[in-house]
Parts: sequence; C-alpha cells; structure tokens
Amino acid sequence: MTVESDSAATRTRAVPTGPAIVVDGLTKRFGQRTAFADVTFSVDYGEVFGFLGPNGAGKTTTVRTLGTLLAPSAGTATVAGLPLTEANGVAIRSRIAVMPEQPGLYLRLSVAENLDFFAGLYELDDRRGRIERALRAVNLLDRADDPCRSLSKGLRQRVGLARALLSDPQILFLDEPTSGLDPLAARDVHDLVDGLRRRGVTIFLTTHRLAEAEALCDRVGIMNTTLRTIGRPDELRERLFAKTLQVATAAPLADPDRVLVGLPGVEGWHASEQGYVLAVTDPDLAAPAVARAVIGAGADLLALTPSRHSLEDVYLQLIDEDVEAQAR
Amino acid sequence: MTTDQKLSWTRIRALVRKEVNDFRRNRFIATTMAVLPLLFMIEPVISVFKLPADAPAGKLDALVGVSTLELMLIPALIPAVVASYAVVGEREQGTLEPVLTTPIRPAEFLLGKALAAFLPTVVIAYVMYGVFLGAVGLFAHPNIAHDIFEPSRVLTQLLFTPVVAGWAIWAAIAISTRTSDVRVAQQLGSLASLPPVAVIALIGFDVIQPSVGLAVGLGAGLLVIDLIAWRLVAAMFHRERLVTGARA
Repeated sequence: MTVESDSAATRTRAVPTGPAIVVDGLTKRFGQRTAFADVTFSVDYGEVFGFLGPNGAGKTTTVRTLGTLLAPSAGTATVAGLPLTEANGVAIRSRIAVMPEQPGLYLRLSVAENLDFFAGLYELDDRRGRIERALRAVNLLDRADDPCRSLSKGLRQRVGLARALLSDPQILFLDEPTSGLDPLAARDVHDLVDGLRRRGVTIFLTTHRLAEAEALCDRVGIMNTTLRTIGRPDELRERLFAKTLQVATAAPLADPDRVLVGLPGVEGWHASEQGYVLAVTDPDLAAPAVARAVIGAGADLLALTPSRHSLEDVYLQLIDEDVEAQAR
Repeated sequence: MTTDQKLSWTRIRALVRKEVNDFRRNRFIATTMAVLPLLFMIEPVISVFKLPADAPAGKLDALVGVSTLELMLIPALIPAVVASYAVVGEREQGTLEPVLTTPIRPAEFLLGKALAAFLPTVVIAYVMYGVFLGAVGLFAHPNIAHDIFEPSRVLTQLLFTPVVAGWAIWAAIAISTRTSDVRVAQQLGSLASLPPVAVIALIGFDVIQPSVGLAVGLGAGLLVIDLIAWRLVAAMFHRERLVTGARA
C-alpha cells in the first residue's frame, strides 16, 4: 500500500521553518510516581522521529503531554511553533494530530461518519473531499459506508490513520501504530508512514518494534523514564559499539599476531568461533589490508565482514544497563 | 467569556450530529427513548378514562397530580439515562482520548453532549404531552378535561419540561465525568434527576398552589440553575483525570 500522490491529505506540503518540537527538561509526575523526567530533545519539520522504550518507559505519557492532554510537572516544550501551555491547547491541537494506540472509533457509525465527526471537530472546509482523499490515502475508499464494527483490527488502524490525516497536521503523533497488528497489516502501516515521510510530514512515532523504528525513522530516542540516548540509528550503533571486522578462515592462522597486528586501521584482535574479530578504526580502510595479509599468510579466507549491530543491540545494551543499575 | 473562549458551534453541531446518529443505533438508548415515554403517557391516559365523571374533587385532583408527575418523568429520566453515557461511555469505548486530542474545548464538548440529549428528549416529552392532552380533550369527560387543561398546569408542564430535562442532563453528565462505569452513572443520574420532579409533584397535588406566576418563576429559577450547572460541570472536566484516571 502506498500513499497516493493526488490526495490533499498526502499532498507535499510547504515545510514550516524551525523545529517542529522542542522539549527542554520536560517532566511528568503522577503523585509520587514519575512517568518521565528531565527529557530534552528536538524534532525538525519533515523528520520521522522514533521514540523507543520498554512498556512503562513514559512514551505514551510523553505523547499525551505534547498533545496537551496532560500538563507537564516541570520543564518546557514548544509544539508546532507554540509554547506548550494550557492557553495554547486549542491552537496546538489544531496543528497536530494524534493517533492513540487504540484507534478509538465509534463502532456503530460508518467509516465516513467517524471521519465526518472529526472533520467537524477540526472545523474543516470541504469535508466530503477531505474524507474521500484521506480514505483514498489509506486504501479504504470502498469501505467508507461500512460500519466500523465490521472492520478488522488492521483496517480500524487504517481508519485511525485516515482520521489523523484529515486535518493535514503539521505534526503527526503515532502511538504504537502497529501494536497488535499481524505482519501484513503492520507492513501496510509502515508503507503509509513511509509515504508520509516522503512528502515531508513530521512524524513522532512511539514503538517498541525496533526493526520498525530502524526502517522508518530518521532519528530515534531511547527512553526509559529518562531519555537514555538520541541520534540516527547508525550514529547510535557507532556510539555504543566498537567497529569490528569478522574474519573467517578455513583453518586457524598459525600465528595470528604476526598476521594481524600492525595492519593499517587494526587496533587489536581476538579469536571467535568463526575465526577472528578485529577491532578497527575504519572497516573500509582495514578490510583490504587484512585480506591481503591473511591470504599472504597462506590461509584460505572464507569471509571478511564488518560487524553489523542492529538498533535492537543498541536498545538492549541501554536497557540492560538500566536493569543492572537498578539491581546495584 | 473572552474571544479566546468563544464557543465553536461547528464543533458543537458535529458532536450533536454524531451523538444522535450513535443513539439511533444504540439499542439500549433507542429502546429507552421509545418505550419509557409511551409507558409514562399511556398510564395517565388510562387513569383519566377510568375516572367516573362524577368523581369527587379530591380524587380528580389526585389523578391530575399523578398524571402531571408521570409525564414529567419523561424529561427527568430519559435524558438522565442518555446523558449518563456522555463521558464515561466515551471512556469505556476508548473514543474519549481521540476526541480530546482535537481542538474541542470542554465547554463545547459538554454542551454538545447536553444538546444531543436535550433536543430529542424535549421533542418526545412535548409530543407525549400533546398526545395526552389530545386524548383527554377528545375522549375524557369535560369536567376532567377542564381540570387538566387548567392554564397554570399546562404552563407548568410546558415550562418545566425543558428545565427539568436540563437539570437531569447536567446532573447526569456531572456524574458521568466522575464515574468509571456506565451503569453506575445511569443509576446515579436517574436518582439525581428527581429533585425537580418533587417540586412538580407538590404543584400537581396542590400542596403548592399552581399559578402562572409560580410556574414562570420556578421555571426561570431552574433555568438559571441549569446554566450555572453547565459552567460547574465544565470546570469539573479535567482532561488529565479523564484520560489517565489520575491527577498530577
């Protein structure tokens, strides 16, 4: 499924200048319980920002706070160019759209009636046209008159997304948009988000599906009550994990030290099940030299691969650190 | 009210339209709106027809009092059942959070909910009263009809129908914002709707002597209370508590 280009709900927009979201020291407490604390980050217009974290990390509460449903306990934020204050609540909500984890549809009403209600709440002109375009964007135009009760969970999620697109928001908050969906329905949602990204919609996506974040997001923040780290997925990998080259040989080298130490870009090595793991400063620089040295030593080189750490590795590393810190 | 707090009638209309569409397809609410008014209208009609023409004055007054009371239960109980659903019902079906993330203000949300319960209730209550008066006018003994058509009684019914409905609606919505169970809200809402009906009962049974001035005065007083109740309920409406069940 793709986001169609002729839809107003999907038309390439004039991107406003400045950051879409600026959060500085934002904290939310419920009595003695801290939902999230001292969170600072910014999101640019046109960016897809992923907010990752385990259950209870404060992701949804952050979205609710930025969506003006909850008042922050401390800190400041600017959303769609407006300071996050109670007085700006209506103006901020006019510029954003939030799709909660559960789409929250009126099941007795038809798809079009649901959208028409929300178009009225946003005081939109040309409601019929907008509804049609939003439904076309999520490939649901042929189900417009069906009661929402009759739709599958995946289709309801698509209606929720169409509803979020109705007002052509400056910022789209998607809270666990693929939660509980089967892989096919999840892929549909991914395609939609990808299409929105291509036309410059700013998306704030909370998820605990790391592959989803890695595939869709320009940058991610990893949250566990506090913001543990933030950056592009490849930056995070580099920041957290040493760069390595995996060398697989048909048989062990007779004298690995003689072959591997002192090669350009190689800082050290250790043996592994498949062969050797080399700590390198730059895999692209080290790989040719390593290949020549191994072959020059008379060994059969089976594979030479730079290590690939996934976003999941980054995530687990950070969350494990938190678990260990709590245990101490 | 400042410019910043101006009500958007577009949003209110959208909410009313959605509510009415939803009520029509909600079997419990549709049945309540269809069956209860008929019961509260048929019973007084039967009682009036059963009363002999030479019934003593005391018995006639009692009958008129009971009839007035039963007809007034329509604007008291129907909106209480419907409006109790207003906030807690949205919470239960998970639709409250999406609505609250739109630009709608609490006062607009509550007014839309109230109007959606008020408009059908008042129409139904007036239609039922009209049918009752029509039946009495056409088929009841003139002595009985004369008593029922007494202007202060008719005016009381006409004036009190919307203001009693207003009271019932705001009481029910207030309860709906505070409870987490639809059935509890409906039971408490029905109870809370009854105090104004007690005043009607006192008028109906001539404990308070009915007069045009009294009907207008009490009706105006209740209208003021309804308007204050709207503002009070709007002040009680906390997005945070409604979304999370807790307040910071």
